[in-house]
Amino acid sequence: MPANQYDAIIIGAGHNGLIAGAYLARAGKKVVVLERREMVGGAAVTEEIFPGYRFTEFSYVVSLLRPEIIRDLELPRHGLKILPLPSTVTPMDNGDYLAAWPDHEPTRREIYRHSPRDAEAADEYGRTMARAAKAIKPVLSLVPPDPSSMSVRDMLGLIKLGQYARSLSEKELYRIAKLVTQSSADLLNEWFEFDPLKGTKSASGIIGTFLGPHSPGTAYVLLHHYMGEIDGAFRAWGFAKNGTGGVTAAIAASARALGAEIRTGASVKQVIVKGGRAAGVALDNGDEFHAKVVMSAADPKRSFLSFVESKHFPDDFVEQIKNFRVRGSSGKVNIALSELPQFTCLPGESPLHRGAISISPSMDYIERAYDEAKYGQCSKNPYIDMIIPSMIDRDMAPPGHHVMSCFVQYAPYDIEGGWDDSKRDAFGETVISTIERYAPNIRRAIVGKQVITPKDIERIAGITGGNIFHGELLLHQLFFLRPAPQWADFRTPLPGYYFGASGAHPGGGVMGAAGKMAALEVLKDWHG
Amino acid sequence: MLETLELKRTPFHERTSRLSVAQNWRRWAGYAVVGSYELSLDHEYWAIRDRAALIDVSPLMKYLIEGPDAARLLHKVTTRDIHKMGVGQVYYTGWCDEEGKLLDDGTVSRLGDQSFRMTSAEPSLRWLAMNAVGMDVKVAEVTDQMAALSLQGPKSRAVLNRCCNDQLDALKYFRLMNTSIGDTPISVSRTGYTGDLGYEIWVEAEQALAVWDALMEAGDDYGITPCGILAMDMARVEAGLFMVDADYTAANHAWIEGQKSSPFEMGLDWTVNLNKQGYFVGRKALERERKAGSAWKLVGLEVDWVGLERLFAEVGLPPQIPDMAVRASLPVLAEGKQVGYASTSTWSPVLKKYIALAHLQRPHYEPGTSLAMEVTVEHHRRHAPAKVVKLPFYDPAWKKK
Repeated sequence: MPANQYDAIIIGAGHNGLIAGAYLARAGKKVVVLERREMVGGAAVTEEIFPGYRFTEFSYVVSLLRPEIIRDLELPRHGLKILPLPSTVTPMDNGDYLAAWPDHEPTRREIYRHSPRDAEAADEYGRTMARAAKAIKPVLSLVPPDPSSMSVRDMLGLIKLGQYARSLSEKELYRIAKLVTQSSADLLNEWFEFDPLKGTKSASGIIGTFLGPHSPGTAYVLLHHYMGEIDGAFRAWGFAKNGTGGVTAAIAASARALGAEIRTGASVKQVIVKGGRAAGVALDNGDEFHAKVVMSAADPKRSFLSFVESKHFPDDFVEQIKNFRVRGSSGKVNIALSELPQFTCLPGESPLHRGAISISPSMDYIERAYDEAKYGQCSKNPYIDMIIPSMIDRDMAPPGHHVMSCFVQYAPYDIEGGWDDSKRDAFGETVISTIERYAPNIRRAIVGKQVITPKDIERIAGITGGNIFHGELLLHQLFFLRPAPQWADFRTPLPGYYFGASGAHPGGGVMGAAGKMAALEVLKDWHG
Repeated sequence: MLETLELKRTPFHERTSRLSVAQNWRRWAGYAVVGSYELSLDHEYWAIRDRAALIDVSPLMKYLIEGPDAARLLHKVTTRDIHKMGVGQVYYTGWCDEEGKLLDDGTVSRLGDQSFRMTSAEPSLRWLAMNAVGMDVKVAEVTDQMAALSLQGPKSRAVLNRCCNDQLDALKYFRLMNTSIGDTPISVSRTGYTGDLGYEIWVEAEQALAVWDALMEAGDDYGITPCGILAMDMARVEAGLFMVDADYTAANHAWIEGQKSSPFEMGLDWTVNLNKQGYFVGRKALERERKAGSAWKLVGLEVDWVGLERLFAEVGLPPQIPDMAVRASLPVLAEGKQVGYASTSTWSPVLKKYIALAHLQRPHYEPGTSLAMEVTVEHHRRHAPAKVVKLPFYDPAWKKK
């Protein structure tokens, strides 16, 4: 094969692109993964922004990385270590806190302290959600069939889906129907009374969406977080050694060991189309790569509106992609610290410093934060999900020093008047002063900080709109509607052009399912 | 209460008992030691694999062997060539009865030309004394007088460098040095029972607490974590290290021949030096076994997760396996017929694999052999596919660096 001739070209070396590349290489294909940046990882990267302090810049926990991918690609052998991130604590405005541990008894006792009723409800709620997740999980690993198609493949897919639905009890079906349509506020109000508990639980229903706890559909996102529960011992929940960049480093090492080539500093300009088929890509620098198969692991907008000329797609498809909602709603503030943040509610160093710290005192708090975002403002009192990576992985900061990762919502992509440096500074300041209310020493401990707005996510990681899931996890953007009706099976209207990223089924999180499933679909087509 | 009816307390008890949230105590050679400090083993396990774990290993039996014939005695008792051992070196070794069956295993450290320290799991004073008849050597048990701490994990060296009065960078794998912490003299060996970078610290019992405190303080920035023996039990399986009574029966405790194991059967070929000069206990039998080959072998077994998932999926469950090492015999089968047994099995968080140490009959112990291991699925005995692999399961590059 000539130098620039491959079996398959993958655009983007985020986790999905690398996983797709690894699976194709594993099947004996000659693969190149092209990455615009000088480093691999996409939105799963770790960077030393201040000397000695390493930030897990964008995504910061591993929760849904598929166990079969970990096994198939032998990721532990290539350096993947998932360290425990055991607890969650919610500081309260009255100086108290609410904590949760993986161990049942202390958690029950802790909730009991605040609400005996909720302590019992929490058990039952957890079981109910885990059962619902177990019931819905097989759908995640299905290639979504097109309900309007009469093709054999889709018909078989629909039959499978039907058989599956029939295997559920009536009660389960109703529960799922309710969960996918309900708001997390309605769901949680049915179960609980204690505000900080409801606030903290509802927060996981809004992460990465442009919705509030009262918006319908958010209950489904809550369910997503229980998917990991059913992987048993294999459950990949925690903080990756070396940050999320450690995950993509392991995948890249595995892909290379399997024979995939990874080129960084290779910014794709356009997909080359010949005879109505994708035939390769052209880079910004004019280099060309040729292959029978091209897969994009970039976001849907760039994959379909930028890399490929619209004339190669049907108009309605282009329209669907244009309407695909990718509005970023969250930012990150990464902080280098000379000392551990001292939370008023948790004096000294506590085991809770090793877990998540959630600024989510109530659902109303979060809903109000959303109200401001709806009208183009950053939340004055934002929801913040913090972890202190250096408490979990000591290699993240110099001895005795710390780094803190703060996920912040809401920071709308379409901020009134557009993002600029002063708005970014103001956003950073809002976050610091919010944290300061609970941990007064934070300001004096700051050695350096990195403020990331949705616009920065777009600029640095290349995700249009800066949405962490490449597209919101909304009911009308899931399963056979993701990224567009009829094209949820990782194929696209352009033959030879595939799509395997977070904007495809089953959606985002550092899950890798889209990359893997897309690669397997490529192989199916290859062998007819 | 009669004092002899109580479990003994180690020299670190005052510290370990206060830190033990879980009140999970285990018996070890008549001592009470912490099984786990926390309710879950996660934090302690990952201290071994990613930070620094501080483990109280004081119950190890310790003997000082001194005198002009000290080397001669150990040369005769163990399977290693003790005459080739330099001062400051540590050997791991087993020792056998006359039939070449293992009595125990442990370490021998050469403290001086005529001075050794030996550790063992079982009382060995009588065995050493019997073999020393006619020799000019003194054997003294110092188990209670000498405290021992195991500091294991990738950050263990950095912690020691912070608090010891000498740097440890030059201390090689299985070597020993004398240094001090503050005014307290200690000896440090680069040894352990985890297969990671790690050290064992030997100190007079009266001065034990000062060493504990200094290590905890020096290790704070590195996430040092007191660690119980349950997390260590998981790590030692990953490291392919076995334990008397759990993975083999000491020959002098066995009721029947079948319970005994030779060093070859335990995979200790590398410790049996048949080229060494002179007699050693079990030599003849071991030479015979070497020639004829071993009927059994202790190997690694890796359970196939997909196969395990399938068995559990039949009853609608994800795989349910214990989250700690299990010392229970599990039958291992080849085509439906039992060909051995797993003696300790564990989930390995670092490898994300379900692994076991297994005794297998010839010819089933060759790496790559496909077998099946018994698992209990909802009260039913089922067989999960498994594969024979080389030990150790986990061998990080920094262990010997």
